[in-house]
Amino acid sequence: MKALGLMVVVVVGALLLYAVGDFPAWGDPQSPASQHEISRHFITQSIPETAVPNMVTAVLADYRGYDTMFETVVIFTAGLAIIGILGMARLTDRESLKPMAETRPGDRDMIVINTCRQVIPIMQLFAFYVVAHGHHSPGGGFQGGVILGASFILWAIARDLPTALQGIKPRRIVFLAALGVVIYAGTGVLSLAMDAKLLDYSALHGFLPPAPADAVPNEIMARSHGMLIVEIGVAFTVSAIMFGIYTYLSSMGRLKGGL
Amino acid sequence: MIWQFDLIVLVLLVVTAVISLHVKDLLSASMVFGVFSFLICLLWAGMGAVDVAFTEAAVGAGVGAVFLIATVFNTTRDSSD
Amino acid sequence: MDIFQDIVIARFNYWIYVILMMVGLHAMIVKNNLIKKLIGMSIFQAAIILFFVSVGVKDGATIPIVSHHGHAEESAETWHSVDPGHPDEGAVHDHGHHEINPDRHANPLPHVLMLTAIVVGVATLGVGLAVSQKIYREYGTLEENELLEKLRSNDG
Repeated sequence: MKALGLMVVVVVGALLLYAVGDFPAWGDPQSPASQHEISRHFITQSIPETAVPNMVTAVLADYRGYDTMFETVVIFTAGLAIIGILGMARLTDRESLKPMAETRPGDRDMIVINTCRQVIPIMQLFAFYVVAHGHHSPGGGFQGGVILGASFILWAIARDLPTALQGIKPRRIVFLAALGVVIYAGTGVLSLAMDAKLLDYSALHGFLPPAPADAVPNEIMARSHGMLIVEIGVAFTVSAIMFGIYTYLSSMGRLKGGL
Repeated sequence: MIWQFDLIVLVLLVVTAVISLHVKDLLSASMVFGVFSFLICLLWAGMGAVDVAFTEAAVGAGVGAVFLIATVFNTTRDSSD
Repeated sequence: MDIFQDIVIARFNYWIYVILMMVGLHAMIVKNNLIKKLIGMSIFQAAIILFFVSVGVKDGATIPIVSHHGHAEESAETWHSVDPGHPDEGAVHDHGHHEINPDRHANPLPHVLMLTAIVVGVATLGVGLAVSQKIYREYGTLEENELLEKLRSNDG
């Protein structure tokens, strides 16, 4: 079995390396991927059409917003799958799984708890900043959502899992995740109701704040605002699902012990 | 000057990947996998892919390694190979 | 020697990507432990994403974010020495439109596609870990050969 695996790997590797000779040289501006007109369109037309300097966010949330909506649904489904796999089973008599050392919230490490108390609000503020500033700097919904979820995980590691779950009940985790998907899809459906295509944010310019000092037309500014709304939806879903996956993985579905 | 840095990081990438799969202690394998994620994040930051590097730093090294360690704590720590 | 120079030295990074992919694939096929298989899957995914993002690199280009400060594109950190052949094309004015040269920014399209891939990859890793925890709870082991023996003895 091992010899067969090694042979397969060597053959596939040799085939791939044979194709390496055809690849473009490193960093070539004339390579086919860089010369294609759609990349050039994204780079040059991102500010005139959407008023967002970060091209990656513009492409992710506006030009390819359909992909991102279904990616959010995929993350939500993965979280539901983990809850379904681990949460439903009754515990057999393998109770000898290591019981956690201290489960009383009273006497954990003073240093750990106080450090986390200082750090976690700053983490959450930074997560909101990353989501909101994703139009002008690297960032956006996914990065901010993961940082927000990681702050909850940090609280669950510093204390223990039941203490952290008192603030965010398991049912509320699923509700927050679903709320994120509804925000995203709802924006698209609202555009449909305004007699435009799905996820066409410029149709929402009646609801959203107008552009300052009329520098750009209102429809273009509406695209920038619409992107912010869907990024907030993505951040909700990603943060809730990351924390939800952690609670179920670290306690084997029992939601009692924890790391 | 920069291509030397890239060369070192690329070679280290392969070394950490092989080490992570070779050690018999699953907790060490998870930690070295976290190091692998960090090195890939460095590589992308050098290539100019700042959004991808940000996401990999948060997701791969932050949340992914935590999931692996949580599973190792709840199952078993030693592996036969 | 020329072929060696052309294929190995100039495209060294592609060789590393292929080697990483094969390391991950080998781990998925050959390793006995389920967690090691999952780590191999993650290494494979990371190598593919690395290859994809490296397609969008341009020599002497800056990040795909348009800066608002004046002349920031001129003084951007670059990889190799950039030829100053575009004296005024990247110059930024405060209001109104300015010319964005497509050759001065990295290609944003691979970055976008790979952002999705990274997050979906970690969700897949989470599902795989949940399934392996379930297996451990049922059978008490995470080694593939012991699992197959237990399944065979359970069936027969």
